[in-house]
Amino acid sequence: MPEIRVDGMAVNAAEGVTVAIALLSAGRNRFRTSLSGEPRAPLCGMGVCMECRVTVDGQPHALACQVVVREGMEVAT
Amino acid sequence: MCNNDRLFAAISSFDVIIVGSGIVGSACARELADAGLNVAVCEESVVGGGATAAGMGHVAVMDDSDAQFALTNYSQRLWWELAPNLPADAEFSGSGSLWVAADDEEMAEVHRKSTYYSARGVAVDVLDSGGVAKAEPNLRRGLAGGLRLPADAVCYAPAAALFLMRGIPLLRGTVTTLTPTGFELSTGVKVSTGAVVLATGVAAYRLAPELPVYPRKGHLLITDRYPGYLNHQVIELGYLKSAHSHDADSVAFNVQPRVTGQLLIGSSRQLGVADPAVENAMLRRMLARAVEYMPGLETLRGIRAWAGFRAATPDNLPLIGRRPGHPNTFIASGHEGLGISTSLATAKLIADELLNRTSAIPRGPYDPARSFDPHA
Repeated sequence: MPEIRVDGMAVNAAEGVTVAIALLSAGRNRFRTSLSGEPRAPLCGMGVCMECRVTVDGQPHALACQVVVREGMEVAT
Repeated sequence: MCNNDRLFAAISSFDVIIVGSGIVGSACARELADAGLNVAVCEESVVGGGATAAGMGHVAVMDDSDAQFALTNYSQRLWWELAPNLPADAEFSGSGSLWVAADDEEMAEVHRKSTYYSARGVAVDVLDSGGVAKAEPNLRRGLAGGLRLPADAVCYAPAAALFLMRGIPLLRGTVTTLTPTGFELSTGVKVSTGAVVLATGVAAYRLAPELPVYPRKGHLLITDRYPGYLNHQVIELGYLKSAHSHDADSVAFNVQPRVTGQLLIGSSRQLGVADPAVENAMLRRMLARAVEYMPGLETLRGIRAWAGFRAATPDNLPLIGRRPGHPNTFIASGHEGLGISTSLATAKLIADELLNRTSAIPRGPYDPARSFDPHA
């Protein structure tokens, strides 16, 4: 089971799942904050709605629903 | 007859009707209304559309010629006077421009520009290789240097146009013919007015076919938000070669930070293309040029690309003033890629001529009646 870090905290994820599934499984449902300050979370789950954007290994605007977890991955919400 | 047409037909008491409500038409309307005239604007689409919506919204001082400098410098001063009154959605931001020199030849141009601007009271900073790297850490290493113009600004021009239009009657319609006393609409309605200002950008030739205005297509791409990635509008000095070339398609590195943290990436220039669609080959060429200067751009997410048409003229100067042979028609078109920059000064010059006022700068270089023969 790959271990990733989400905002600096260790999270164990199932093998082969997306970052979105890993976060939701760990009880994290606030993926980003909109410009008007509202919480945002995955909506479409298929890379279209852009709501699930997180920073992955320093790269902003990664689509959590399209990126598969990897051991040691750093995710920032 | 719809209500709009009734409005047109009923009201023949306007001193001036401006045709076109891009940034130039909107600025002319504001200036003439503020001068006390009874003004209306006729628009076939939306306020602040066309090239106003398609462009970058750069408010720059340029020095291709003394006349271009005079107009852009005057107009930029007017923008800074207007700035405190602009609404937040006009996104006016004095982030400054940074012209970057790739080699010693372009660095010589930096020094020439620095001398030119300084002599005319425009603040500039000459940066060496390290200075450019410090000012814009995402530029590639090894550039020769650059020239920073701290007073250059950016804005969201459609919102600025809407602001300038406040309180001015907007009449919906497509003008098909100019007449000695006004114009005729596609609906057949005839409108009479004291004077007409033609501010239809690249469409100027539709109503005044003798005008030497032709479309020059450009592409832009906007990215997702990356706050802090870029500090200035950064342009390669080679841009000037691109802007001057009148016979070949060209691209130049030109990237702008928006207040949202988004980056606007340009630029391309094409003549003889009428199709407004985004051309992938041109977009690829443009972005490849941008990545040469700013390699990290390749990893950013682009969210939308579009194209628009600049109103180009043979001598790279706009047409501002009375239409030759038509005492009641005024032209405000041909601003190429500088329509936002020069809109406010254009409006002053139009109002000056219409009201027999003295202008702050000589109007002759922009007179539509000037000779466009390069050998004249």
